[in-house]
Amino acid sequence: MRAQPTLSVSEWKFQRSTTTKVAFFSRNFWDDRKCFPGPENDARQRKLKDRTSKAERRALQESQRAAKEAARASGNQTFFMPGMWEAGTNPYGSNEKKGVDKKPVDKSGEKDKKKEVVVPEKDKRKDAPAPRLQFDDEQKVAKARRRAIVEQTTETKHRVELFRHLPQFVPPTQLQALEEKYLQNDTMHIHPAVGLKYLTWDIVGGNARCVAMLEAFKEMIRDYTTPPQKVMSRDLTAKINSHVSFLSTCRPLSISMGNAIRSFKLKIGKLRDTLTEAEAKSSLVSHLETFAQEKIILADKEIVKHAVTKIIDGDVVLTHGFSCVVEMVLSHAHSIGKKFRVVVVDSRPRLEGRILLRSLLAQGLKCTYTHINAVTYIMQEVTKVFLGAASILANGTVYSRVGTAAAAMVAHGYRVPVMICCETYKFHERVQLDSICSNELGDPDALVGVAGRKEFRELVGWDESEHLRLLNLTYDATPADYVSMIITEHGMVPPTSVPVILREYRKEPIL
Amino acid sequence: MVAAAMPDLQAAVDDFVIKLKRRQVEGSLATAKSTVLLLRQVVSHQRIPSSGPASSLIDAVKSVGSRLIAANPMELAVGNMVRRVLHIIREEEATIVAAQVGVTPVSDSDDDADVHGVPGLSAVALAAANRTALRAPSLHNLLESLPTSAGANVEPVPESDTKSRSSDKNSKSWKLKHGVIDAIGLLLGEIENYHSEISEQALEHIHQNEVILTLGRSRSLLHFFREAKKKRSFQVFVAEGAPRYQGHKFAKELAAMELQTTVITDSAVFALISRVNMVIVGAHAVMANGGIVAPVGMHMVALAARRHAVPFVVLTGLHKLCPLYPHNPSVVLNELKSPSQVLDFGEMSDCLDGTDGSPVHVVNPMFDYVPPELISLFITDSGGHNPSYVYRLVAEIYSPEDH
Repeated sequence: MRAQPTLSVSEWKFQRSTTTKVAFFSRNFWDDRKCFPGPENDARQRKLKDRTSKAERRALQESQRAAKEAARASGNQTFFMPGMWEAGTNPYGSNEKKGVDKKPVDKSGEKDKKKEVVVPEKDKRKDAPAPRLQFDDEQKVAKARRRAIVEQTTETKHRVELFRHLPQFVPPTQLQALEEKYLQNDTMHIHPAVGLKYLTWDIVGGNARCVAMLEAFKEMIRDYTTPPQKVMSRDLTAKINSHVSFLSTCRPLSISMGNAIRSFKLKIGKLRDTLTEAEAKSSLVSHLETFAQEKIILADKEIVKHAVTKIIDGDVVLTHGFSCVVEMVLSHAHSIGKKFRVVVVDSRPRLEGRILLRSLLAQGLKCTYTHINAVTYIMQEVTKVFLGAASILANGTVYSRVGTAAAAMVAHGYRVPVMICCETYKFHERVQLDSICSNELGDPDALVGVAGRKEFRELVGWDESEHLRLLNLTYDATPADYVSMIITEHGMVPPTSVPVILREYRKEPIL
Repeated sequence: MVAAAMPDLQAAVDDFVIKLKRRQVEGSLATAKSTVLLLRQVVSHQRIPSSGPASSLIDAVKSVGSRLIAANPMELAVGNMVRRVLHIIREEEATIVAAQVGVTPVSDSDDDADVHGVPGLSAVALAAANRTALRAPSLHNLLESLPTSAGANVEPVPESDTKSRSSDKNSKSWKLKHGVIDAIGLLLGEIENYHSEISEQALEHIHQNEVILTLGRSRSLLHFFREAKKKRSFQVFVAEGAPRYQGHKFAKELAAMELQTTVITDSAVFALISRVNMVIVGAHAVMANGGIVAPVGMHMVALAARRHAVPFVVLTGLHKLCPLYPHNPSVVLNELKSPSQVLDFGEMSDCLDGTDGSPVHVVNPMFDYVPPELISLFITDSGGHNPSYVYRLVAEIYSPEDH
């Protein structure tokens, strides 16, 4: 028993492919630990630690994981340790902590999924999305900091108490230090540009950020060479984690990015060992390309096709902020000759509606532009509301740019149908009831000045007062009852169908 | 009657009308005060004829008032004050005449011709009837009306001497004018001090550790919070209230009072209102059905408050109470301000070059109408009231002839 951990990696890999041997191996190992609790066991464990290298211990864990899967598939419950796969114990020290769920990699994809297995209780618990890191828990935050590859910046002293549990905003001035540190750490250096753009809000919008990130990953894969003595999949995953940590330090990951990363890591984990490095790399690159193509670009085309059927001549369509999908819908409807008007409702401080307004005016659409405050005034003329979303959660709540909930509420009050255009890759299993449990904090200084009007200088020097705070929320949660319909590439569904789509269309291996 | 007024009074009226037209005087408190002062001047300069003193005053005030109202129809406080003054005049007249009727004994069976020959006496009956209508019904009033109607057929003044009657009327008109000017002074005091009356009620409504949301800026709210701050600690979320951004100034003032304040954008109101205990706002005007005219964005806040079952409280002084009913509020009770406040003139010019025709239409309303169903409570200088009670307040301080 003791001799086994000293196997070399290649030999051990051979052993892993044979189920029974692994089961035997794992059982003995775990029985060893479980049967002998107490100081002697600790001593034994310490000896184990001294004897094996890090890679070998990782190999060990990998084999145990595989063993558990085998055991579960065969219905044997002996080896399942509840708590081993709880959130935060990802052995690779993942640092995706900001608003992204650390869902354990779904290993059941390896087994035959088509057979209807009665999922045991403990596995059902695993299906729930992992709890996120809450930033007011001192210990966990400190632990995350220690594990983080990039150092967290200090929190601002002017934080709003209601949002203590969220990461505070990182001002762009800190990126310089981040960039240097990051470049020292790693040889992969295409990401600072991407990270910079995220940080300074140059890339905005769920789809844009996701696509940019996938492009960056593609570059990274192409430049990647497996270091000697390392397994490609594990090393690559570690690299991905470090890059993701950098990105999320610049700005918390969006849900679209999180889902894309999850599918990518799943793909990496499923890479067959028999592939050469070149084949593996090309397979990964093609996965990324297909993901972007299928899940985003083609999905958007489908959504446009569905949504355009809902616009009729004489309509007055209201939209809030700037959603690329809604823009595509309106452009396409205009190009096929429908006669309608658009009302663009904008909100501070980002004033993204102006981008949409510019684009629509350039195409010759008749537009009305107003601030979110006047939405009750303008809603009397409106016949339909089209909104975009950053994500749609499992209880039907629409997680979108702040101000969307207000527009949807007013539309609901005036009996105007509200339609959300969203691709299914943005759907997420977690649930949320209000906008406070999970959100993103933006730059408080963005509230100080008013764009284009220099006379408003009241709040300059707001941080000198210890009683004054500025709060700049990025997202808000629209309750499902305000939403009439969600337009996805699979069709037009009510908000109650979101968990169904998650279950039916996402349990398949994503490419 | 204005032509009969002194030239400097005429100049004062013209000056104020111009200020209102140019929106140099804005805000219900400022306009209300200026209107009342001006009307006091009008009343004091008016030469009261011996016959029908009240009606001449009423005519004078009405003519000046209609000019003022026409200058800025959205400034409802102006119209309110004009109507208040008219009501004061009518009330004063009724009181004086009632006092006279009460002094003179009632005697039977006299000439009707005498009665009809003296127009002042029929005015007595009218005034008495008015008086009973103005006051709340009580047994005393109801019984009182019977002898006065009987007395209308009677010659009330035993010494039917023309000379004494004329001197009587002179004193009456002098009394009327004097009474009216006194009452206007009281009105002025009421307008100036309504802040303190409202803030006295602050401790009843704000409890410890409360979270309060407001939009824009309100002076009465500032005093309200200052009073509550003395005994309670609470925190305030201030929505900035685009496009005037009064919320910024208000937040600064509150922070200077050492009140924990957070400035949020208007779009974040729905996001945060689930954690708010109460929404307290000020209003521009209160309509007779209990709805309010408030800075733009308030309707959205009220809808969000109803959704989350958060009480929506409005602070108002009685000078903001308007006897009009809002039948088409978004059009009639609204003003569209310059679009440059929302979208700078040069902002979209580059993309308008290529298109033919239709420039972008920018909408910038100044006010929002909030219907009475969304309002939980009015806190006024006469205490707290339901929106459904507003019509009674209107009946107390205005006369129906002036609506």
